[in-house]
Amino acid sequence: MAIRRLKHTRTHAHACMLQTPLDDFQEELVIRPLHSGDIYASFQFRTVWDADFMGDQKVSHYRLFPKSLGQVITKFSVRELHISFTQGYWRTMQWGQPYLPSPPGAELWVWFQDTVTDVDGTWKELTNVLSGIFCASLNFIDSTNTVQPSASFKPLGIGNVTDHSFLRYATLPREIVCTENLTPWKKLLPCGSKAGLSVLLKSEKLFHSTFHSQAVHVRPVCQDPQCRTTSMELRQTLNVVFDLHTSGQGKREWSLFKMFSRTLTEACPLASSSKVYVDVTDNPQFELSPATPLLTQAVVLGDRRTYSVYDLTQQASFGSSRSLNMLLRWKAADGEMLRPLLHSERYVAGYGLQAGEIHTLIYNHHPYRAFPVLLLSAVPWYLRLYIHTLTVSSKGKDNRPSYIHYQPSKDRERPHLLEMLLQLPPNSVTEVTVEFERALLKWTEYTPDPNHGFYVGSSVISALVPSVVAMDTNSTLDRPLFSSFFPCKEEASYFMRVYTEPLLVNLPTPDFSMPYNVICLTCTVVAVGYGSLYNLLTRTFQVDEPSPGLAKRIANVIRRFRGVPLL
Amino acid sequence: MATAEVERKRGQLAALSIAVVVVLVGVPLWWRTTETYRAWLPVNQINELAELQLQLSVDVEVVFSRGTLMPEQQKKVPFTRTQEEAQKVDDDTTLRYRYESKYRTANIMEEDALKQPTAAEADLSLHTLSASPCGSVVVYVIPETSVLLPQGVDVYIGHRRTAVLRMGAPMSVGKNHKQLLAHLEPRITQVVQVMSFSHTDITAALSDRVRLSPGSKESLADSMRSFKSSPGYEITFSLLNPDPKSHRLDWDIEGAVHSYIQPLLTKLAPLANFSIDSQILYYAMLGVNPRFDSSLEAYTLNADSLAHVINPVEARLGSNAASSNPVLNFLLYVPDAHHSPLYIHDHQKQPVASNAFHSPRWGGIMVYNVNDLYGRGETPLPVNININMEKVMGVFLAQLRLMLGVQSSPAPPGFLVEPCGGAGLADWELDRLMWSRTVENVATATTTITSLAQLLDQIGNILCSLSFAGSVNLFHYINNKLGTVTSLQLAVAELEAGNLGFALQYSKEAILASERAFFDPSLLHLLYFPDDQKFAIYIPLFLPMCVPILLSLIKIASEARQRRKLKQSKKD
Repeated sequence: MAIRRLKHTRTHAHACMLQTPLDDFQEELVIRPLHSGDIYASFQFRTVWDADFMGDQKVSHYRLFPKSLGQVITKFSVRELHISFTQGYWRTMQWGQPYLPSPPGAELWVWFQDTVTDVDGTWKELTNVLSGIFCASLNFIDSTNTVQPSASFKPLGIGNVTDHSFLRYATLPREIVCTENLTPWKKLLPCGSKAGLSVLLKSEKLFHSTFHSQAVHVRPVCQDPQCRTTSMELRQTLNVVFDLHTSGQGKREWSLFKMFSRTLTEACPLASSSKVYVDVTDNPQFELSPATPLLTQAVVLGDRRTYSVYDLTQQASFGSSRSLNMLLRWKAADGEMLRPLLHSERYVAGYGLQAGEIHTLIYNHHPYRAFPVLLLSAVPWYLRLYIHTLTVSSKGKDNRPSYIHYQPSKDRERPHLLEMLLQLPPNSVTEVTVEFERALLKWTEYTPDPNHGFYVGSSVISALVPSVVAMDTNSTLDRPLFSSFFPCKEEASYFMRVYTEPLLVNLPTPDFSMPYNVICLTCTVVAVGYGSLYNLLTRTFQVDEPSPGLAKRIANVIRRFRGVPLL
Repeated sequence: MATAEVERKRGQLAALSIAVVVVLVGVPLWWRTTETYRAWLPVNQINELAELQLQLSVDVEVVFSRGTLMPEQQKKVPFTRTQEEAQKVDDDTTLRYRYESKYRTANIMEEDALKQPTAAEADLSLHTLSASPCGSVVVYVIPETSVLLPQGVDVYIGHRRTAVLRMGAPMSVGKNHKQLLAHLEPRITQVVQVMSFSHTDITAALSDRVRLSPGSKESLADSMRSFKSSPGYEITFSLLNPDPKSHRLDWDIEGAVHSYIQPLLTKLAPLANFSIDSQILYYAMLGVNPRFDSSLEAYTLNADSLAHVINPVEARLGSNAASSNPVLNFLLYVPDAHHSPLYIHDHQKQPVASNAFHSPRWGGIMVYNVNDLYGRGETPLPVNININMEKVMGVFLAQLRLMLGVQSSPAPPGFLVEPCGGAGLADWELDRLMWSRTVENVATATTTITSLAQLLDQIGNILCSLSFAGSVNLFHYINNKLGTVTSLQLAVAELEAGNLGFALQYSKEAILASERAFFDPSLLHLLYFPDDQKFAIYIPLFLPMCVPILLSLIKIASEARQRRKLKQSKKD
């Protein structure tokens, strides 16, 4: 980074009439062995560009930053953009916390700049353009699944915007993520899939996994410590969990080649830093080869972790074989996993196709600390929530939310939005229930496979969770006594977002051939009535001699044979 | 028996009256309720537009300087003359050219200006005297003996809308007023054709409407090279770096655009909106492997293989997601150390001087060799390379002019055309472009709207909503925009009046409105309602209702015929 900057300043001195904004690219892969024997790999690619997207001057000359995304940000005056595509559900209780949580399906949330006048129109256009860029069905985002959260989604970049009328949030829980979404995502990387960590991103392996999530985050960040000017940061992340049994053949032994069917041979030449981290906190449960002398410690998600670092910009990392294929082999089968402090479940209760009840359970596993969480749920209009039945209880007692923001739905226009600030007592389960009634849809509003059910997007729980590091007050391991008297430290709590399961709800589904049957039946009834009326009106009726009965006729035939007079 | 007859008559009457009710009430009711909505469209006016009669008017001012006119000729000046010329392009397209020439003598200031030592200076000072409006031409006639023009040059065309014409020898001109005009007029027409439009330009612009007679291959290629007229263009410069490990490229694209491209685009602003952007693509390869030519010690790309170069690169270029205007791509390819130098060879196997080529209606590619910067293998890779933008932009600017249709067609003999200066475009070149673009816009919009009208005529299922009708007809209610037909009529009228600027403006609006109408989503709402479904719904109702009516009608008819026969036989 420093060298690049130096180089830039030199060229700047050469041609000092127009200053080229500086840009910088970093890539990173974190591998975390999970307690279940699965393995979690998380890629991050970060491009920072010292260009002012929010100024009056149009940004139009791109270097490392992808042009297609930059144009969208400029045209629609986007301040922050977060989009994720996820296949599979993150199992918090088995795997712990992910580095970047995301709900199943597609999620998009955008903060617009305050110069935008018609936010809804811009949002509509933006979703259409993004759906083109990422080959996804984001164009199905409309007013019926868009909400404006009032508290849950604050800007992640700099700038203290509080007017949530510039925020739009939507999820498409049904979206299926596949290769066609990965290819455009890879195209945004400066090195494409030609060099660096991105050579590992081969779709045949990535999609043969239990969990796959790819995301793009664009936000303004500080350019210098004084934060006088801003830079645009683009973070592309990809998280994948490989299953012990389907990908690992049941053996607790992982290597880069086994995971991605590729090994690393070089860093992306454009990257100022290119590193692979392996979480070795739980060593000596497993061994790592080749060993690396570089170790780093970091507090991640409230827990102090140790990582082995492979720096790909150093030739030494690749060894004599000129390729890096690290191997993790478990020695012991089971370890004890630290229980995640916060997790949640959600399900639909009730029977029949008329009414039902949504239950959301939020678990606080902290032994003695209570902490507040923000719960957001957006429910489609066709589940009519009875907000008066909303009950929140923990430990069998009523738990009154300190803040409720509820926006009722409008049929075919907007969904329900329910946001609550809840205090979770220590070591407890908080249950939020609300009853609903299923609406009848018009027959064109049903999806092509209505009996599959209708999805309700994940609820979002945002919380400041007390750190585990702060929790072990008893430990005086390597800390001086004077530093550990007050339980609060600088990493006392950390921000976390937990997504619940999406719901699949059956709606009363009509027989779709019914309209035609009804038409046929009505027409037949009308035709029968009309026919008899017509006959009555047009036919002439005459008195006719009743014809002799069958027995009489047969008798007459016999009589004729015998020559006897007829009856 | 009589009662039976009366009863039969009553039955017949009842059947007849039911049939009458069905025909008079039922059928119209059914027809009206199942009809697709059609808003009113100005079909007559569209049909009128289908027969396009364009009249292009140019104002020509002819100024005689001192010493060009005989005294008796001078008495007749000033005067005006109008020349008209009609050309029938095909059955429903007629073109009329109208030159309104104003003849006058030069005033003192103009005389002074014409006394400048060189033609270029005279041109500049004449321009400061009067700003001629867009689309007009001023021709200064100077005496045979004037030294303003170099030897052998009869006509000088400067940067503005003025031309200087040398009067022929006095003997050949003759003394008479009529002889003078007969001498001057063909030459002035020639000047006007260079400076505003010629018949070939206009027919080329009409190519959307008129199937061109299979002319020469070259003229066809010329007409297909430039982009179609559009209200906006996106210009994208891409720097292709096939191997960032071998070199790091730096280009000052911002500065280069500012100093080379922007002046031209500023001049072209009345024609269309331009937006420029640039990007650097890494690991972008060409589609073909260049062949190594050991005699040249270089890699070569043959003209035949150039067609395959673009496709793999294009996948990386990325379309502009934020607009739907056509994109002009300019690619700068810097081959890496192992594949350079790379030269492009033409069909005669000769290296192309600019080392660049263009693809019609797509853009241009230039290969920039930097192998001399690598040193002799000592310099550590990657090498930092600063690209010489002047060299690159010279090529791209020339390609851009080609793509935009700013053609410098060869001037007739005896003409001296001042080479374009800093702006890259003379005023009269802009006028030429505006003439042909206006005609092209009008032609495109009329074809769009007439084919749309035909389509609506042929397919009855298409719904015609009000907003759609708005973008076709007169006024767009929602956006306060003019509809296609009105803008077209206005554009044609302005062309007739010779107001080129307004004509272009209206023609652009016409194109926009016609596109809006053509792609109106409401047109598709009922388009695909299949007939078998309709019948499936109608048959259960219509069949049982209509069959008895039809049968009884047939029965009544046959009975009536029999009765007539009976009567006739009785008469006989």
